[in-house]
Amino acid sequence: MSLRDAVARNVRDGDVVVIEGFTHLISFAAGHEIIRQRRRDLTLCRLTPDLIYDQMIAAGCAKKLVFSWAGNPGVGSLHAFRRAVEGGTLEIEEYSHFGMVARFSAGAARLPFWTLRDYAGTDLPKANPRIKSVTCPYTGEALATVPALNPDVTIVHAQRADAQGNAQIWGLLGVQKEAAFASERVIVVVEELVDERVIRSDPNRTLIPAAIVSAVVVEPWGAHPSYAQGYYDRDNDFYVGWEEISRDRAELAHYLDEFVYGVQDRAEYMKKQSRLMERLKAGEQRCAGVNYGF
Amino acid sequence: MAAVAARELADGEVVFVGIGLPNLACNLARRTHAPNLVLIYESGAVGATPSRLPVSIGDPALVTGSLMVCGMADVFQLFLQNGRIEVGFLGGAQVDRHGNINTTVIGDYKRPKVRLPGSGGAAEIAIHAQRILIVSKLSPRTFPERVDFVTSPGQRVKRVITDKAVLEPDDKGELMLAALYPGIEAADVKAAVGWNLRARARLDRLDPPTAAELQLLREVLDPKRLYLKS
Repeated sequence: MSLRDAVARNVRDGDVVVIEGFTHLISFAAGHEIIRQRRRDLTLCRLTPDLIYDQMIAAGCAKKLVFSWAGNPGVGSLHAFRRAVEGGTLEIEEYSHFGMVARFSAGAARLPFWTLRDYAGTDLPKANPRIKSVTCPYTGEALATVPALNPDVTIVHAQRADAQGNAQIWGLLGVQKEAAFASERVIVVVEELVDERVIRSDPNRTLIPAAIVSAVVVEPWGAHPSYAQGYYDRDNDFYVGWEEISRDRAELAHYLDEFVYGVQDRAEYMKKQSRLMERLKAGEQRCAGVNYGF
Repeated sequence: MAAVAARELADGEVVFVGIGLPNLACNLARRTHAPNLVLIYESGAVGATPSRLPVSIGDPALVTGSLMVCGMADVFQLFLQNGRIEVGFLGGAQVDRHGNINTTVIGDYKRPKVRLPGSGGAAEIAIHAQRILIVSKLSPRTFPERVDFVTSPGQRVKRVITDKAVLEPDDKGELMLAALYPGIEAADVKAAVGWNLRARARLDRLDPPTAAELQLLREVLDPKRLYLKS
């Protein structure tokens, strides 16, 4: 399925949308497609909104942001996010990373909430009344709780999947498994489509099974400027450059015009930047073989 | 500051590594006196041996050659909440008299003057790591009497490493001047802190970075000066 069709069918105005991936495997291609299709009033959830949600906020897709760390890693601020929050035009619901992970874990296990030892002495529960506490029925200890997060749609970028959507991921795993299992619909976007035999040859590497996948899309370089371990490196220069672009509304609008609205799909986006592939292509670092025999 | 922070780490310790200067300090320690330091990144890399200085804590170089890579639910539940982390390294836009850290907001939460990134893992790191080290440049703006927002509580803070001095909590948790950099006087430090900073009766003098530390920092670890700005 094309990404255009996958987004058209699975992402609706007003949805709770998750594009997960901790630094690694962030589906910029899907974010750009949602911008092109001019989805509105989305509740965007992610641990780290990263540049992709900064772009979606700037494009007017977001009504609300649910998050735990909203910066440009190693660089500084997400300026569209900051303008929206400081200007009071974006609703926010804020946790810590552990809180967000726990929300997805509860959602994935279809429990109403998750307990964690956290937040004592912090101001986060004052800022977010959905962080509550419960008394342990066994020990009497007070534990923090966060509510389950069950998105309408979760989009995950993976290195490879078969046609049914059995998706394999290696490298940093983030919280994609929990987010996908918590979600009503799941779009898997992959670097490579492989035969089912390849998946079956290494089943421990499957993070997301076809049973929970609504759509499979093949989109090489779909995570750029994020990265795909073993395929291409993170485009740190782009992340550093985003500081200048996002600081200025007009610059940011110009970026979206050229690289999002101005292209039809990821293939065209890559064609505009032909030297990227050479600059970021991953080196070789193979693992030792594993015997699954019995 | 990176060299002073690196010396705080003992060989073999398990360290939860944050972004920026802590990252640099941990990698310096690993290449000098603490080759068996176990670096754990909240992104899921355990026992990482990055061959380049990671720009982010999710850099692919953290994965290549590490001992284990796990999901973030495992990092927070099985490592951090389980009590397996000995040292947590944190920075902050504001650090107050009691070692509380603010990385959330300057001004009122609902009408922020400056919206900062937020907690990330910093809230739970401050609660669960056995020993917290803070790394932050000294200035009255950064060291107010009270932070505008407590992102990470200060109870487990053991040392605050700045660019002029090291502060340590007294038995009630109030930060005191403990050690000075070469050429810095106590008055310089007091003038850069937003409360009436008390000093220990005997102040330590910190050694300047060695030639070997400087060479590693400037030529090997951070040749592009991503973190070594001064």
